[in-house]
Amino acid sequence: MLSNDTYMELLIFLILFPLLMAGLLTLIQGENFRRAAVISGAVLVGIASLITLADSITTQAVYYSVPVDMIGILIFIGDILISGYIISVSLKARQYLVFGITILQLILLCAVEYLALADHAHIPELFSDQLSGIMAAIIGVIGGLICVYALGYMREYHAEHPDRPDKRPRFFGIMFLFLSAMFGVVFSNNLLWLFFFWEITTLCSFLLIRYPETDEAVKNAFRALLFNLVGGACIPVAFLVIFLGQGSQYIGLHELVTAGPGIALIPAGLIAVAGLAKSAQFPFSSWLVGAMVAPTPVSALLHSSTMVKAGVYIIARFAPVFEGQIVGILIALIGGITFLAASAIAISQSNAKKVLAYSTIANLGLIVACCGVGTAEALWAAILLIVFHAIAKSLLFLSVGTVEHQIHSRDIEDMTGLVTKMPRITMMILIGIAGMFLAPFGMLISKWASLHAFVESVPPYGILLVIIIAYGSGITAFFWAKWMGKLIAVGEPQTKDESHIPRSEKNILYILSALTIGVCFGFPIISWYLIEPWLLTMYQSVTDLISLSNIEIMFMMLFLVLIMPFSLARFTHSARRVPRYLCGIPEGGSTAFMGSCGINREIALSNYYLDRIFGEERLSRISVGMGIFLIVLLLNILIIGGGL
Amino acid sequence: MNSMDPFIAAALFIILAPVVGILITGLDRILTARMQGRVGPPVLQPWYDIRKLFQKKQVAVWGAQSFFIFCYLIFIIFTGALFFGGGDILLVIFAFTLGHVFLVLGAYVSYSPYAHIGAERELIQLMAVEPMIIIAAIGLYQVNGSFLIGDMANHPGLPILLLPGVFLGFIYILTFKLRKSPFDLATSHHAHQELVKGSTTEFSGRTLAMVELAHIYELVVMLGFIWLFFGDNLWLCICAIIIIMVLEILVDNCTSRVRWQDAMTSAWFVTLVAGAGNIFALSIM
Repeated sequence: MLSNDTYMELLIFLILFPLLMAGLLTLIQGENFRRAAVISGAVLVGIASLITLADSITTQAVYYSVPVDMIGILIFIGDILISGYIISVSLKARQYLVFGITILQLILLCAVEYLALADHAHIPELFSDQLSGIMAAIIGVIGGLICVYALGYMREYHAEHPDRPDKRPRFFGIMFLFLSAMFGVVFSNNLLWLFFFWEITTLCSFLLIRYPETDEAVKNAFRALLFNLVGGACIPVAFLVIFLGQGSQYIGLHELVTAGPGIALIPAGLIAVAGLAKSAQFPFSSWLVGAMVAPTPVSALLHSSTMVKAGVYIIARFAPVFEGQIVGILIALIGGITFLAASAIAISQSNAKKVLAYSTIANLGLIVACCGVGTAEALWAAILLIVFHAIAKSLLFLSVGTVEHQIHSRDIEDMTGLVTKMPRITMMILIGIAGMFLAPFGMLISKWASLHAFVESVPPYGILLVIIIAYGSGITAFFWAKWMGKLIAVGEPQTKDESHIPRSEKNILYILSALTIGVCFGFPIISWYLIEPWLLTMYQSVTDLISLSNIEIMFMMLFLVLIMPFSLARFTHSARRVPRYLCGIPEGGSTAFMGSCGINREIALSNYYLDRIFGEERLSRISVGMGIFLIVLLLNILIIGGGL
Repeated sequence: MNSMDPFIAAALFIILAPVVGILITGLDRILTARMQGRVGPPVLQPWYDIRKLFQKKQVAVWGAQSFFIFCYLIFIIFTGALFFGGGDILLVIFAFTLGHVFLVLGAYVSYSPYAHIGAERELIQLMAVEPMIIIAAIGLYQVNGSFLIGDMANHPGLPILLLPGVFLGFIYILTFKLRKSPFDLATSHHAHQELVKGSTTEFSGRTLAMVELAHIYELVVMLGFIWLFFGDNLWLCICAIIIIMVLEILVDNCTSRVRWQDAMTSAWFVTLVAGAGNIFALSIM
């Protein structure tokens, strides 16, 4: 395969090329030119990230010191520029809280730089191993697909909202900048670098959320910024702890993790708090729900391949440190409660994007719970969850975006009988939903594995998490299944009309559906060649979570589920059609009946939302309260632990 | 059932489960009739019903209904085969859920008001019982140290002694699974149903026969779960099943249907107090 130097060049290419594209796209005004640039850029990034993935199978972890001395200073200047920009926009918008936290962060960072000047060990700045490879492939492939999808979507978006300023050149520029920063996060070994890229992702999400420039969008964008900055402020504190307490050689991610909990626990815990904010765990979750105001490709990007995945990525990196520690247990509990509460809130939502948002938060909660437990088995489940979730969730977001442009609503109730109007798109939504909760598909494999992993670990807390998953999985089944039901419930067949959907959108959806099914077949390969070798280097031993015979049974089921639809045709014509039973005389079309006193009535059916029990406001209040309690407890332990 | 070849065990299930299930359902109907002061049908009445349904002409609102019900039947049989083949208990539970989702989708397709509410309630029932079933599986794991049903069935002692709470919780949700009053929200065996026939309103002929058959398979799988609480003490297990079934029928006949809120919250409460408390205690000790 590639030599180490070529491999490193590839990593640097992945960070710098999207950056270059970002600059280029900001300058391009012509639509055709932009189209060509985005497609070719996305294809190149996708291919490069896949090569990285393929190469990480065969190579051991690779470390690389950037030979340019100046670059550390440049990164620091970059940090200051980002803070400066945030300070200026926050002052202009009178967001003094954001302003204050940015200033605080800047002061902390200057202190860190001051210490770093006095004493800096030479550690490799960049690195790549199997986990970085997996993350890079997710960012490159899914992120790239979303960028291409956005081409058609944004054109329609501006046709539909002529009142909103058309800043598409900048929009695509930021999308690529985002990808660049994400590659930076997953390839950085030097935590100072990682923090720099981390802050860029925060900034990018802020800019993308406020893209519509409505009052609501600006407000939600600042909320996202605030929450991520509050979390992010923990990272410089972690640096201070490292420089003052443990010595500058531990500023390397790899060095810190291998040093073990004795040294790494406090900094790791602090950085994990930043990860919790970024991955929208309770009490921070509301920023991700608010981010729904942005155009759909932005939501898809934030939810599937970037932003929130940066949060869980960093927690997953430190997972070995958390194994069996009280800090880890608290993080796992925050994740568990988030999983349960967010799933429950999803029941009460009829807005499709909100359902997706809460389900993202829930799944991230499960990933965080796995990472907090920190055993090899739990981490195995967590990484698979990251992969499955990225693909299925991007598919769902993008197909809902497509539907929204066709029926001009994102309400699930308005999708009644969508299967007759847009059979293909509906099929893809069904695949995406099945991927989120049904048996032979992706997410369920991970849920299963996490049950296996929790039952034996850190008693009795492991059992607590098991109980949480038991309740959560029933709840999850409820809100996904009723959405599926809505899509296929046909009153009066509508005329089929999928011709207005841009071809690029359709093709992206096909690719993502194929990937959703493909990873179900391919997950043993991902596990054998990538996850298990990686866990072996971290833990020195790995046990099989899902035995071969079970994988065979899963494949049997998958096969069964996939061939079933072919028998559909036989059933559709075998029965004589009769009107549905309406407890009255059917009239004209079959959705109307003659009731008492000869009045004609049209039937209207809608789903249960169980508001009284699962109302958003009530449950959020409770779970934000619990989240704050646990976070403060966690910070207390970290502070006391740091003092001792 | 000791050390039987898994494939033979699964095949035996597929062939014998309808026989056992039909006999139990037939006896159930006679006992119910006696409790109501009637004589009741012959024991084989469920079989006559299914046979007759299969001979009827197919009518449907949409043809896709039968497709989903076919999937439902297939996956319930698959679940049972996996169970009696000694597979992983969690996988069995997940396959079970998959089967039920197909039933719910079949009810949704018709866009009939009665079937629609039935489908929603079916989902509420699913949500009500799922936690307890998973917790039961975890409890059985704690006792046996294995997720394989094959290993659980050979447990020499009585797992129920360590899992009294889990067992009680499981009996509670069994009422949902057997579609018996007071928890027969989605569809009921009895005529006094406010939703006509609930989730099965729009099914007829062969489709309805498949639903009935799937219910019979389901019954046997649920009774199989009870067996796991008794390890290899087969006779004790059969006595327990008889007692439980008689109790279920008695409860079915002397209670009225509750609202879904009560059904769900009570199931979750019992699950938490009896089931979760039990496995939590086991984990501490």
